[in-house]
Amino acid sequence: MDIKIKVKNLRVFFHKQEALKGITINVARNMITGFMGPAGSGKSTLISTINRMIDFEDNIKIEGNIYIDDVDILDGSINPVSLRRQVGTVFAVPIPLQRSIFENIAYGPRLKGINDKAELHRIVADSLKKAFLWDEVKDRLDISANKLSGGQQQRLCLARTLALKPEIILLDEPCSGLDPISTAKIEEALNELKREYTIILVSNNTKQIARITDYSAFFYLGELIEYGTTEKIFTNPTQKKTEDYISGKFG
Amino acid sequence: MNEKASLKERVVKTVLTIFALSSLLFLFLIFIFILIEGSPLFLKVGLKNIIFGFKWAPTKGSFGIFPMIISSFLVTFGALIIGAPLGLSCAIYLSEYSGKRLKMILKPALELLAGIPSVVYGFLGVIYIVPLVRNYLGGSGFSLISTSIILGIMILPTIISISFDSIMSVPKTYREGSYAMGATKWQTIYKIVVPSARSGILASFILGMGRAIGETMAVIMIAGNALKIPMSLTDPLRTLTGNIALELAYATGDHRLGLFSTGIVLLVIIMALNYIANFGIKRRSQ
Repeated sequence: MDIKIKVKNLRVFFHKQEALKGITINVARNMITGFMGPAGSGKSTLISTINRMIDFEDNIKIEGNIYIDDVDILDGSINPVSLRRQVGTVFAVPIPLQRSIFENIAYGPRLKGINDKAELHRIVADSLKKAFLWDEVKDRLDISANKLSGGQQQRLCLARTLALKPEIILLDEPCSGLDPISTAKIEEALNELKREYTIILVSNNTKQIARITDYSAFFYLGELIEYGTTEKIFTNPTQKKTEDYISGKFG
Repeated sequence: MNEKASLKERVVKTVLTIFALSSLLFLFLIFIFILIEGSPLFLKVGLKNIIFGFKWAPTKGSFGIFPMIISSFLVTFGALIIGAPLGLSCAIYLSEYSGKRLKMILKPALELLAGIPSVVYGFLGVIYIVPLVRNYLGGSGFSLISTSIILGIMILPTIISISFDSIMSVPKTYREGSYAMGATKWQTIYKIVVPSARSGILASFILGMGRAIGETMAVIMIAGNALKIPMSLTDPLRTLTGNIALELAYATGDHRLGLFSTGIVLLVIIMALNYIANFGIKRRSQ
């Protein structure tokens, strides 16, 4: 396995309560890795540590290491702002900026100092195509992003993440509020995107994990219960808990 | 039993309705009262001669309040120039940068600032600001700039608390979206947070203006109260409110009526400002 992200003995405490209890996991390059588990399993905490969004929470303590291409991103010398340009995130609820479609996607590149009109247009078109949204919006890039449907907004959020040219994309339950057709479009996009990006998909939906991921990890109460190829996890899990979860007995 | 309960409910509702409507009644009465007292002079001297008249000599039949209207607006804008950037920065600091503990100390302190009687502000102005202006900028010190500085400080609590509330009401998810796209804290504040809170911030400025234009005591203590349009920052001036407060005690006849017409003009300006502010707040909530 070609490793992109190496998490080593990661412990995270919220208000002295242990949310992640020593997680060690390697995430493969150019694959989709699924994180699944019931609420409170720590899967979302793990990805908010990988993109350092956890920095905005009060009263946290982090121990352990996360290496991206052998650089420890939890090291004090790492600038979280540039890390987040390398690690893009798509949240559960799509929250577009209160601006046009174009400006939503141009926001990230502009922050990086790209102001050339033609260059921005190229990035916007490119990102929208990769997110499978281009055909639906190409004639109305200047309308407010709020006018799009929920599924389109989520693909817009994916597109604006792609515009950052990240290496890693984290998706935190991106389809939880979407209908099956919109979900299918996101999944289609992810399948294409994994050629270029390392993708982590957090989901409560075990069927979705089974459908589109290459590797899957099952978390329970802050611990990594089982990790392996998706095929193995879903056909022949070694742990009783994993089996119960994917067969729908709890969670 | 049931009937008794429903009677009680109805009594409570009626009493509360009367109380609630009474505030409307007071507003209405104030307006009617001032209109009745002030309008005869408008009819006698003419609206144009009062609003655009330059000469205020009420005992000699001149009721021009144009210099006072201009002065009132000048100190109000002066106060805004000082109070708006200061207040907005303070609101941004409080909402985005200060820790919980500091916030708990700063917010009550700001509310206290709003509770200080205006005569105390005037007092501070006379003792500190006026000599400072006299020594460094010249003139008597009782001036446009001294008044603007004091009013700028006086409107801070209004601007800070309303701006703070509207900045705090910007959803956390907006900020997260921006951070996730690699924005720094400051980029997020000026590109996302402040624009999203824009109409509330604007409303705070306008309500601050309303407070500044209506302020009386502190103003008459430091404005110098001269009856002319100030031509420089160090010139003295007299505001609409100051005019009423200074002369009402001894005014009789047409002079007294002239002060009431000053009041009408003031009331109209303040109501217009409040209307604009409400409009801004409504737009935010939509």
